[in-house]
Amino acid sequence: MITTATKTMTHEKEILTENQFEKSKSLWGDAWDRLIKDKVALTSLIVVGMYSLIGILSGLGIIASDWAQEVGPSYAEPFQNWNYILGTDLFGRSVLTKVIHGTQVAMSVGLVSSLIAIPIGVALGAVAGYFGGVIDEIIVWFYTTVSSIPGIMLLMSIAFILGKGITTVYIALGLTSWVGLCRLIRGEVLKHKNREYVQAADAIGAGHTRKLVKHIIPNVTHIVIIFTSLQFQVAIKSEVILSYLGIGVSGQPSWGTMIDDAKLELARGVWWQLAGATFAMFFVVLAFNLLGDSLRDALDPKLKGKE
Amino acid sequence: MNGNLNYIIRRLMYLVPVLLGVCFLVFVLFNITAGDPVLMLLGKHGSPEQAAALREQLGLNKSLFMQYLDVVRSAFTFDFGRSWSTKQEISSMMMQGAIPSLTLSLPAFVLSTFTSIFFAIVVAFYRGKGIDLFIRVACIAMMSISSLVYILVFQYLLAYKWGLFEISGYEMGFPNFLYYVMLPIIIWVILSLGPDIRFYRTLILDEIYQDYVRTAKAKGLSEKVILFKHVLRNAMIPIVTYTVVQLPFLLLGALLLESFFSIPGLGGMTITALNASDFPVLKAITILSAVAYIVFTLIQDIVYTLVDPRVKLQ
Repeated sequence: MITTATKTMTHEKEILTENQFEKSKSLWGDAWDRLIKDKVALTSLIVVGMYSLIGILSGLGIIASDWAQEVGPSYAEPFQNWNYILGTDLFGRSVLTKVIHGTQVAMSVGLVSSLIAIPIGVALGAVAGYFGGVIDEIIVWFYTTVSSIPGIMLLMSIAFILGKGITTVYIALGLTSWVGLCRLIRGEVLKHKNREYVQAADAIGAGHTRKLVKHIIPNVTHIVIIFTSLQFQVAIKSEVILSYLGIGVSGQPSWGTMIDDAKLELARGVWWQLAGATFAMFFVVLAFNLLGDSLRDALDPKLKGKE
Repeated sequence: MNGNLNYIIRRLMYLVPVLLGVCFLVFVLFNITAGDPVLMLLGKHGSPEQAAALREQLGLNKSLFMQYLDVVRSAFTFDFGRSWSTKQEISSMMMQGAIPSLTLSLPAFVLSTFTSIFFAIVVAFYRGKGIDLFIRVACIAMMSISSLVYILVFQYLLAYKWGLFEISGYEMGFPNFLYYVMLPIIIWVILSLGPDIRFYRTLILDEIYQDYVRTAKAKGLSEKVILFKHVLRNAMIPIVTYTVVQLPFLLLGALLLESFFSIPGLGGMTITALNASDFPVLKAITILSAVAYIVFTLIQDIVYTLVDPRVKLQ
């Protein structure tokens, strides 16, 4: 009897695999499918991937490590010589190499500032939303306070205190951009904490930490992903402003310093540093913007089916 | 109505802890973490006696708690003392700076708001069609260029090369200032078109997906009547409240534009203070803009209840 039953079961199993029932998709699988079907999103993803690759290669010193080298005369025009196809700067350095090195700076500014902002925003937001009460009040008070000060003032004050340099840019941008994320995470955790799956976890004896870290936070990660995509472009653009204010990256080329240099160069007819950095920035910021929008459409179930 | 009044009173009370928090942040930033201002002001050659006298004069020999109280007092009395670099009263510097700032920011704001709403209506009307896609893509593309690039290129082309506008500077008095603020205003409008159109479009579309719109359609009303008579009226609520919160930032002007075009407003003043390590001015501007922000968010909430009877403040 038993053997026949097992046989039927294995048989059934075979039929099942033969029929190839499609496994129901997880939210992530579904989102991924939507994302790669969306041509705009896929292109953006490829662009971001290429910039990341350039950034990593430059960071490892494989390309553009010789940005400080003099390759031609001062302010050579672009498209004249293959050694400096995009022209040269005041010191005869290749603009193309500087743009490539700037990619490394820009991507690292986006990455590190996100890595600073995300833990702060997620931790504070999750704790506030989950525990509520006095803890919530304190955290809400704290981020209301921070957000009352205009972002640019806070950015300038922090950058001013820390002094010039890339570390300053990382920290200043990281410390000023967690508020929005924190607010969103808090709201989302607030919605999730009384859902059935959390009650189920509670029923089998999960503690606060486990419920929060293992169950709730994985369900709000989509906010973090959307945030990161937008944070990259905000950070890349802010780096330019910080350079203008004289509190940006120093000692190495960045898109911000290149654009800032154009203050004096444009009047002499030197436009190629500005153009090089602007174009390099344009495509990656555009890609992050579009990707952010697509991610929101793909991951935020509220907007599913709209438009 | 009584509930609303209670809410407003409670919100007013909430201003106090937030303001104390802002003061604390400012205090931590400038009194604790920033370097010793006495050394910065005296340079390397100051004698210890001079340093002590200056410390006394700046109130830096007080205990930290008393220094914090000084910051709090300035936030409530608006008496920020004197600037370290120009030795002027900061409050009178602010008054002087506010006018040039407003001559730039007010017209720019009005112009950009109306232009953006106009485009947002067009985009919402033709949603899903070619023109909608085009404007949306154009918005994102415009937002992908650094604001500094717009300033540099426009100043170079329109003012320097073609001589259409003044390159930089400012003059007081009615018709005179116009020549100087025109170009910054144009740049301001172009900079704000991208984000604003996108934002207003979302607001209008949010209304378009409401049930009452479907009902209006079912009644057989034309798309135009629905958009202008129904949707726009309702979308005006978030649009108005959004504009109200932006008002305090007009006073601060545009940091970048003012400093770039040498307009002697509050924004330019901030950047000068930053470069001169003028702490009192930086503190004053930070605190004032925070106060303005807090007050205007409150006003926004109140406006919300006044224009939308559905909203009951709790």
